Amino acid sequence: MSVVAMTVNGKSVSADVEPRTLLVTYIRDTLGLTGTHIGCDTSQCGACVVHVDGKAVKSCTMLAAQAEGAEVTTVEGLAQDGELHPVQKAFREHHGLQCGYCTPGMIMTAVDLIRRKPDLDEETVREQLEGNICRCTGYHNIVKAILAASNEMR
Amino acid sequence: MYQFNYHRPKTLDEAVKALAGADDPKLLAGGQTLIPTLKQRLAMPSDLVDIGSLTDLRYIKAEGDALTIGAGTKHADVAASADVMTHNPALARLADNIGDPAVRHMGTLGGSIANNDPAADYPGACLGLDAKIHTTKRLIEADEFFTGMFETALEDDEIIKEVTFPHPEKAAYMKFANPASRYAMVGVFVSKGPWGIRVAVTGAGQDGVFRASEMEAALEKNWSPDAVANVKISPDGLNTDMHGSAEYRAHLITVMAKRAVEAAG
Ligand SMILES: Cc1cc2nc3c(=O)[nH]c(=O)nc-3n(C[C@H](O)[C@H](O)[C@H](O)COP(=O)(O)OP(=O)(O)OC[C@H]3O[C@@H](n4cnc5c(N)ncnc54)[C@H](O)[C@@H]3O)c2cc1C
Ligand code: FES
Ligand code: FES
Repeated sequence: MSVVAMTVNGKSVSADVEPRTLLVTYIRDTLGLTGTHIGCDTSQCGACVVHVDGKAVKSCTMLAAQAEGAEVTTVEGLAQDGELHPVQKAFREHHGLQCGYCTPGMIMTAVDLIRRKPDLDEETVREQLEGNICRCTGYHNIVKAILAASNEMR
Repeated sequence: MYQFNYHRPKTLDEAVKALAGADDPKLLAGGQTLIPTLKQRLAMPSDLVDIGSLTDLRYIKAEGDALTIGAGTKHADVAASADVMTHNPALARLADNIGDPAVRHMGTLGGSIANNDPAADYPGACLGLDAKIHTTKRLIEADEFFTGMFETALEDDEIIKEVTFPHPEKAAYMKFANPASRYAMVGVFVSKGPWGIRVAVTGAGQDGVFRASEMEAALEKNWSPDAVANVKISPDGLNTDMHGSAEYRAHLITVMAKRAVEAAG
């Protein structure tokens, strides 16, 4: 066991965990932040995407120890003062979710995408969602929501 | 995942020492191949030496007639680099098409070539651009580096430090991506430069990346898409799997090579 400390959603956290603990396990089981989901064993679905030092990464494909000292943001950290993030609002507005399983990862990927590429078109959004799988296949409205949010945030 | 000891060295020297001091260690860079492998319990290293946060392995330098890229440089950094876009746009585009954005934020050049997945993209660029691979021990030419499927010339305690890519006059990479994984079913890197002409094929060979010498000869005579369109590749030694037969891959090599020469101009 060893102590792993980081900042999650602006709060300093620290816990004694096994070196093999994945970041997603640290977030869900140790911190109890279950907004971040696990949808596969093969690093392909993107349900687990969080931001580490401002970059979207798959938290199931990273050890907690690799995030030592990092600033981590999960879907719970997006809303500010009770006000949903524009991407969250757009997902609600445009019905960008069905069962909701893929949604946290989709939203975290979208926030990172809009930050990197403020001028989005549909083709780019679809290409950039390569690593996020929606089992309900609701891509149409997900893409619509992301485009709407990106317009709103411009 | 099995248990392991975790080390996070602060310098390359410390990393070398940590490797030497462990029973059966493995380097951890971006983890985008190694962590899934550990999760499936397909490997059981005693120790992981994490070089992912070493900033002295993460840089892109444009010096003289070449780009030198630190082994710890993320795919996303290569894709976004103005220097790479200026001197070697084919390399920037290749990096921008690896996996997905989250994979590109973590995965590194060094990890990709050390792993030498037969369907990976960077091995194609290294072989197709006559790259020089600098390690903690020596310089290895790309022609000598990739020795077989998931096999390289690296010794157990050797760390890749950086890779030098000489500037090409013309170059392009065309990948026919597997629609599920985005790895290459077939990827062809063509180039013209001080080294002459190179055609490197990834995704297809049973022994990993290889040079298509018949195509190189055809392009020496006539640099045009038509020159390679007439070269048939033998399916012997090519992969057959659930995604495609060796014959199908052989055909794809010709098609991708033609498109790559077209794109290189
Ligand atoms: C969903 C998904 C899709 C992907 N799609 C593609 C794709 O389309 N094309 C593609 O090419 N790749 C793809 N990859 C693989 C990705 O590019 C990996 O990042 C890369 O193969 C390994 O780099 P890494 O830094 O993550 O290495 P790690 O996983 O950390 O390490 C891989 C191996 O390299 C060794 N190693 C790492 N650094 C060094 C070094 N400096 N010196 C010596 N040995 C070292 C490690 O010990 C380990 O054995 C994909 C991965 C995923 C999860
Ligand atoms: S749970 Fe992380 S990619 Fe599927
Ligand atoms: S909304 Fe159900 S998986 Fe995407």
